[in-house]
Amino acid sequence: MSVNFDELTNQEYKYGFVTNIEQDIAPRGLNEDIIRLISSKKNEPEWMLEWRLKAYRHWCTMKEPKWHNVYYPPIDYNNISYYAAPKKKPESLDEVDPELLKTYEKLGIPLNEQKMLAGVAVDAVFDSVSLITTFKEKLAELGIIFCSFSEAVLKHPELVKKYLGLVVPYTDNYFASLNSAVFSDGSFVYVPKGVRSPMELSTYFRINAENTGQFERTLIIADEGSYVSYLEGCTAPKRDENQLHAAVVELITHDNATIKYSTIQNWYPGDKDGKGGIYNFVTKRGRCLGRNSHISWTQVETGSAITWKYPSCILEGDNSVGEFYSVAITNNRQQADTGTKMIHVGKNTRSNIVSKGISAGFGQNTYRGLVQIHKSADGARNYTQCDSMLIGDKCGAHTFPYIEVKNSSAQMEHEASTSKIGEDQIFYLKQRGLSAEDAVSMIVNGFCKKVISELPFEFAIEAERLLSISLEGSVG
Amino acid sequence: MLKKPMLEIRNLHVKVNDQEILNGVDLKVNAGEVHSIMGPNGSGKSTLAQVLAGRDTYEVTEGEIIYQGKNLLEIKPEERACMGIFMAFQYPVEILGVNNTYLLRTALNAQRKFRGLEPMKPVEFAKLLKEKAKIVQMSDDLLQRSVNEGFSGGEKKRNEIFQMAVLEPTLGILDETDSGLDIDALKIVANGVNAMRSKERAFIVITHYQRLLNYIVPDYVHVLVDGKIVKSGGKELAFELESKGYTWIEEEDRTAIPANA
Repeated sequence: MSVNFDELTNQEYKYGFVTNIEQDIAPRGLNEDIIRLISSKKNEPEWMLEWRLKAYRHWCTMKEPKWHNVYYPPIDYNNISYYAAPKKKPESLDEVDPELLKTYEKLGIPLNEQKMLAGVAVDAVFDSVSLITTFKEKLAELGIIFCSFSEAVLKHPELVKKYLGLVVPYTDNYFASLNSAVFSDGSFVYVPKGVRSPMELSTYFRINAENTGQFERTLIIADEGSYVSYLEGCTAPKRDENQLHAAVVELITHDNATIKYSTIQNWYPGDKDGKGGIYNFVTKRGRCLGRNSHISWTQVETGSAITWKYPSCILEGDNSVGEFYSVAITNNRQQADTGTKMIHVGKNTRSNIVSKGISAGFGQNTYRGLVQIHKSADGARNYTQCDSMLIGDKCGAHTFPYIEVKNSSAQMEHEASTSKIGEDQIFYLKQRGLSAEDAVSMIVNGFCKKVISELPFEFAIEAERLLSISLEGSVG
Repeated sequence: MLKKPMLEIRNLHVKVNDQEILNGVDLKVNAGEVHSIMGPNGSGKSTLAQVLAGRDTYEVTEGEIIYQGKNLLEIKPEERACMGIFMAFQYPVEILGVNNTYLLRTALNAQRKFRGLEPMKPVEFAKLLKEKAKIVQMSDDLLQRSVNEGFSGGEKKRNEIFQMAVLEPTLGILDETDSGLDIDALKIVANGVNAMRSKERAFIVITHYQRLLNYIVPDYVHVLVDGKIVKSGGKELAFELESKGYTWIEEEDRTAIPANA
């Protein structure tokens, strides 16, 4: 009858199944031949291969960073396979292997357009390739390009050449350089001038193959006066080995354009003793190039053994706005080092940061954020709210906020709090008839409400459910 | 044949941090009755309420509590709630980001599920809320705010009675609900409780002052001193206490022959 915080039971990860399908897998190891192989599998033009090779050569000169507040054994980059794809490449939905369709049905992402959530277009990425992109034709009527990255390289080379690496150059950081060399697939979005995307665009990433890494690359460009809301979801099977996921996401907004980017990250977190799980080392960044442009990141990070990412905004256009709303949960042996960078360059630029970290079990949760006001950024404003909640007494919450101000007209606000989930609150809810787990779930969802309410409606409910599942077993 | 009491407490001993707070409480409560428990600060009144609700920071070392024929001490707090025990907290907690109405609907449906009932339909629930809100004058604003967040002391207490009205318990325990209330709020709270009095329902009203009992008139008054009920009587006992103070009982208690000697 007591709330026993020590009694941790194994949480149920319901996406842990494996799809049995014939796969085309590259041999393990990383060298120029592997990169040439990936590039040829995708029939890439010469310039794309050259870019990859430049990135690889640069990566070879780099050292893996160690400044983060997470711990993991050394990664053997030559023991990973950098390409895995189902053998049969489908031309249309009819040709997609029924096993794969079943996989996505199980994940709650039916790819059949009739069955889909109305108003959500999906790009389904399975290991290294995009399987299918739905509602493509409908979007094309408005001039919106929504396709796999591989397809964009072939069909829209002028756009890819112009924007690839504009936000995250291949020299940016260790994992971004690695990604630039071996990236497999991902989504590409271009919204033309003045167009408001009539539906949510989403990509569903699924890791299936063993001993492979997933290195997807996403590029979203919102031209003048356009608007797009994009959502990504991620799952992977239960495996005893750790798997590396090193993605790069680049966002670009021109004058008066808005991109709203939401993530529900539910990679396999490993078991309760910390065995297995995904290393989620991701570089996400947006550039508000245009005046009055707007980039908003919302992330719900419940999965992965280790999460290491800082979705950021470079606010170059005057009056541009950057937002970051984050919920990160670490339970059992999970670790997260996440936050954002808001770089104010333009005049009257504004940024808003709301971060909610929840630690349970032996989980370690770090918020790391940088707010930088350049000399040119007259009238810049930032508001940061950073709250941590602890469940039990073996977990940790850490906060590293960096604030650099070089313009005296800047207005900065920073609020932070750390609280322990209250026995009093749990008892109060139990006295009203709620079970201990429902009580915790209710308190945590209340704590995260400000972030969850930023998600597109269809996904907010999913996110709430995910929060509860992630904390299952955190109270006895 | 005598009917069985709804609640029977026998020789209850309770410890907190090795300190004995209750040492041998006996109490019988029948359906339809209102019992008031009075006593000086630190006499164990709130401990009794918390133990009835199932708070685990209290250790029961001896005795038993039978509720509706079942051994209450073996039942989880949430199940006690589902079995109709409601406690109005002395210090209701704030729960940020959790809508007051949402909490109530979740609680009500959890209790209904326990009793084998379907969840209440949203329309029906809205009607119920509206009706009950009137009784304790809860504004729409308070209903839609986060649970107790930024509520005044009086609003928090009214919210407790409002929750009780919606959940319709069999046994309502009011833990010093009158503390910190002005006379108007006190009347509203008392009216809420009085509106709920019925043949099937019982109340235990814990209070420090006789004042509340002018509005919620009890059938029985018990005086708790040093973890023991030292005197029981009708409502007139409350008046006597008010005029003579608790020292009167304490002195009398010292000179009296112990009941179970």
